[in-house]
Amino acid sequence: MTETKDKGSPSLSRRSLLKAGLATGGAAVAGVTATGARAEGDPVITEIQDWNRYLGDGVDAAPYGLPSEFESEVVRRNVPWLTADAVASINFTPLHELDGIITPNGLCFERHHGGVAQIRPQDHRLMINGLVDTPLVFTMDDLKRFPRENHVYFLECAANGGMEWRGSQLNGCQFTHGMVHNVMYTGVKLKTLLEEAGVKTNGKWVLPEGADASHMTRSVPMEKALDDCLVAWKMNGEALRPEQGYPLRLVVPGWEGNMWVKWLRRLEVGDQPWHHREETSKYTDLLDTGKARRFTWVMDPKSVITSPSPQMPISHGKGPLVISGLAWSGNGRIKRVDVSIDGGRNWTTARIDGLSLSKSLHRFYLDIDWDGSELLLQSRAMDEHGFYQPTKNELRAARGENSIYHNNGIQTWYVQKDGTVENVEVG
Amino acid sequence: REGGVFGLGRKATDAEVAAWDIDIRPDGQGLPVGSGSVADGEPIYTDNCAVCHGDFGEGVGRWPILAGGHDTLTDDRPEKTIGSYWPYLSTVYDYVRRAMPFGNARSLSDDDVYAITAYLLYLNDIVDDEEFVLSNENFLEVRLPNEENFIPDARYEEPHYAEKSEPCMKDCKADPIEITMRAAILDVTPEDGGDDSA
Repeated sequence: MTETKDKGSPSLSRRSLLKAGLATGGAAVAGVTATGARAEGDPVITEIQDWNRYLGDGVDAAPYGLPSEFESEVVRRNVPWLTADAVASINFTPLHELDGIITPNGLCFERHHGGVAQIRPQDHRLMINGLVDTPLVFTMDDLKRFPRENHVYFLECAANGGMEWRGSQLNGCQFTHGMVHNVMYTGVKLKTLLEEAGVKTNGKWVLPEGADASHMTRSVPMEKALDDCLVAWKMNGEALRPEQGYPLRLVVPGWEGNMWVKWLRRLEVGDQPWHHREETSKYTDLLDTGKARRFTWVMDPKSVITSPSPQMPISHGKGPLVISGLAWSGNGRIKRVDVSIDGGRNWTTARIDGLSLSKSLHRFYLDIDWDGSELLLQSRAMDEHGFYQPTKNELRAARGENSIYHNNGIQTWYVQKDGTVENVEVG
Repeated sequence: REGGVFGLGRKATDAEVAAWDIDIRPDGQGLPVGSGSVADGEPIYTDNCAVCHGDFGEGVGRWPILAGGHDTLTDDRPEKTIGSYWPYLSTVYDYVRRAMPFGNARSLSDDDVYAITAYLLYLNDIVDDEEFVLSNENFLEVRLPNEENFIPDARYEEPHYAEKSEPCMKDCKADPIEITMRAAILDVTPEDGGDDSA
């Protein structure tokens, strides 16, 4: 079902067009919408449907269930032109289709540097070495005997939104903001494992290393390692997915996703950072002065309206409209999210719904009565430390356009009268 | 074993630590004994690296560029290579030995990695003698041009964070708000972005 796109028209999906069509030309499809029911009644009510008559699947049909076939568009997507190949690459969480704060495991975005390692847990080992009293080797069974903790944290790629530094590029919050997911991790505190090996007094840094072909390494300061890092083997109650580091990954709350080393096999303690490839060539932020910031670890306060958004046009016409979005901060809890419908001229404080957890996604809503006029939607997060989300122009003024990483600028969606939505920038 | 709060795990053997602990630091910690010359590196590079990175480190297709780009860091489109951007040679040795060639990591000998590292210095005009030999003994004498240009994270000194002032809520902009850029005009979003048929 491919469609040929009209060169002059916005990059709309077939589904978007269908929804937009419902908004403007609803009469043409009367009979299938509740509001457009015919005099004799809505056939899905007046006529007996197959599922009213015939038996469905038994309990043995799906030992591990999958979403309804009618949700088949709720999938991770990649943007092939972003990277040289699909093995050292990225895909995107379909944020526009999700609600609440927990990301389903199968939809959590992926970022690999050497593909997905497939490791039999019996063959996996975790080594601690370096400036410790006793270098240790743990099996997965060993690790599961340590005291456990459960925490919900967001994991955001440092490059989330990186394609947007120069301006509006990709049409959909899945693509502009979808390098983030938020799950409950189960694991042991990194502090507990380091104490088991005994960190020497000159041990100031930790180098986590992955078992995959990229042998990912990053330098983590000891203060963070002893604060809230976890060595986790479960996400949302079940084992990590292979693409998320099965059987073991590091959790570095609030810090850039690259540091959350997957397939974690080794932790080395040292007295200074290693300056490895992923903290020199990559994950350093070039400023317009030609200087580059290194060790830009924290992910700053950020938010995005997930609906309406380019992949979620308004399909129902005027009247009640739920503006739904996500906000998060690597510094802690989100204290407030403000929403503007006029491009940032006026703001209304939205309602944060559900759990407000430190270094976790927060769900916000603003319920409005849409009069059918054009909107310029924005959201602006503020965290518990009083840091608020800057505009993209404020970020560019401070950093230029070549930082690649850490773009947490305010996103604007242009809602048109027909309900279609576009990624834009405003001046 | 002795020590530890829980007594879990076992002591790692020296051979196990040696097998996995291959990391190298800018001060040379971790460098193995060995050496390789520019001349040695050229055929190794050609056989193992050039298919993606190009004969001269110029990069093939979207694969990374390894050489060149000097003095481009303030350009509109900077070219960040080992020679123009990377701060430490230790990172080259560490990363090549750890993760390259892409798809066949850990397949190069320590001397091979010295030779490739020497050749990458040559491609970047940091050494100009084809007979130059890089070894664990002279490694620290080589410095990369951009070492001094990495600075600490000072994000929270940027005006929008430093002030921590209450943001404007009403009548925040005097001028009319205009759309200055539209993603739809660029039209680079995948065709199935949100489509049922994906």
